[in-house]
Amino acid sequence: MKILVCISHVPDTTSKINFTEDNTKFDSNAVQFVINPNDEFGLTRAMWFKERQNASVDVVNVGGAETEPTLRKALAIGADAALRINTTATDGFAVATELSKIAKDGDYDLIIAGRESIDYNGGVVPGMIAASLGASFVNNCISLDVEGQNATAVREIDGGKETLSTALPLVIGGQKGLVEESDLKIPNMRGIMMARKKPLRVIEPENIQEKTRTISFEKPAPKGAIKMVDAENIDELITLLHNEAKVL
Amino acid sequence: MSVLVYIESENGSFKKAALEVASYGRALANTLNSSLSAVVFNADDVSTLSNYGVDKVLSVKITEDYNAETYADILKQAVEREQSKVVVLSSSADCKYLAPLLSFGLDAGYVPNVVDLPDSTAPFQVKRSVFTNKAFSKTEISTEIKIIGLSNNAFGLVEQAVSSIVEVFSPEIIPSKVVVKGIDKAPDKVSIADADIVVSAGRGLKGPENWNLVEDLATVLGAATACSKPVSDLGWRPHSEHVGQTGKPVASNLYIAIGISGAIQHLAGVSSSKVKVVINTDPEAPFFKAADYGIVGDAFEVVPKLIEKLKAFKAQNT
Repeated sequence: MKILVCISHVPDTTSKINFTEDNTKFDSNAVQFVINPNDEFGLTRAMWFKERQNASVDVVNVGGAETEPTLRKALAIGADAALRINTTATDGFAVATELSKIAKDGDYDLIIAGRESIDYNGGVVPGMIAASLGASFVNNCISLDVEGQNATAVREIDGGKETLSTALPLVIGGQKGLVEESDLKIPNMRGIMMARKKPLRVIEPENIQEKTRTISFEKPAPKGAIKMVDAENIDELITLLHNEAKVL
Repeated sequence: MSVLVYIESENGSFKKAALEVASYGRALANTLNSSLSAVVFNADDVSTLSNYGVDKVLSVKITEDYNAETYADILKQAVEREQSKVVVLSSSADCKYLAPLLSFGLDAGYVPNVVDLPDSTAPFQVKRSVFTNKAFSKTEISTEIKIIGLSNNAFGLVEQAVSSIVEVFSPEIIPSKVVVKGIDKAPDKVSIADADIVVSAGRGLKGPENWNLVEDLATVLGAATACSKPVSDLGWRPHSEHVGQTGKPVASNLYIAIGISGAIQHLAGVSSSKVKVVINTDPEAPFFKAADYGIVGDAFEVVPKLIEKLKAFKAQNT
């Protein structure tokens, strides 16, 4: 089985979010970038397929040279080879179209992406790759098993889960649950040394016309002061929620 | 020309998020001087939709379970039939599943997590949340057909009575490459996505054996239960209850956080909730800076009292 894991290079979840250039650009100053958490769950599941079912695992990212440390980390975790499509990631359609070309040319059986990147929360890339390839698609995937050409997946739905049966080629939008948090691998020294020797190929982009475009950013309005209620005076809380907040 | 909305049902009645999508679609149609059409699946009584401004109901009868591929294709056929220029979807798991397929099929730009009506319709620019509610972006859609994914509880329910016509719509049904084998869903439990009130707890509750406090409070309020990331990582509660940046977003009217300190990832994930109440022993917990009402106190003393008082309040007010 040939697996392609799509890796988004995103600000760490603890990052303070700021903008520059008159609120038109994300301020990456002093921001730590990581593998998108939803992608990391998928990458870890891919490692499981590599170890148990002898799958090959390539990782791919759409981004400039500054994203290479994130790809190297994926190699250190155990991916065999990395590809970087040398263009700035813009809208989901453009990114998905670039990735679809790689997926098609590489003839991958299983394409794993995260259900969304935690920066722009677009959530379109896996679905659009599937549509573009005519492949099966499971979103919000929290469990995946593959036997031969057949796959069984579990999708998280609002208020429950759904078990699905499908066939390769398959694209999933993965998330936590695909593996446990405790299964995530921290690269060891040997992995980091080996990653330096693994291939990281840079591919020139197709230059896709985007369909949506960010004009500007803004931060939420500051929050009003909190009202404290004495622990001995629960009635006051109920009165406030009923009369003032009007949520009871 | 029309605006088209997808109206989701659950157990035969329309979901609140679907009526919110209709409300938004009506307001948008008014701005664009256009009509509002709605696609409904297997609904017997569609009269509610005329209260939310739907001019035309396309009623589809289908034996297939929801699957993204088939349903996206049906919506595509509806868009073509109605010559729709804007499609509005909710932020449900099912809508987020089919949106990229529909977007690809229609060659239409799709913007998810939209929180308001467009700032301008020519060019078409909408405000969406990004960085898990830590910021907003103004995004322009440049395609002829536009798809909007509306954030839960962002626009609210707005009634506008119109006279609706109902048409039977019998689209071509394409088979899906993904087949549903089983659905596991607690029938009487409100989901985090659909709940008006969410009650959530963290490590301050000390162990899974104490979750009856959370469950009891949720029962009194008709609320969904949720938890912090550490609680789900420890296996005290299922992943499906984890709310925050890498878990589920919460956009309820009321969010009650018990024994949750308020890590930045958690605060981001729940910040779309309208009113937040925090109960924590530590007066320095960061969550107090992000909440509307706070109680410094021991959950094991405060929550049982709150349950009793709420029971009395409910008995008086219903």
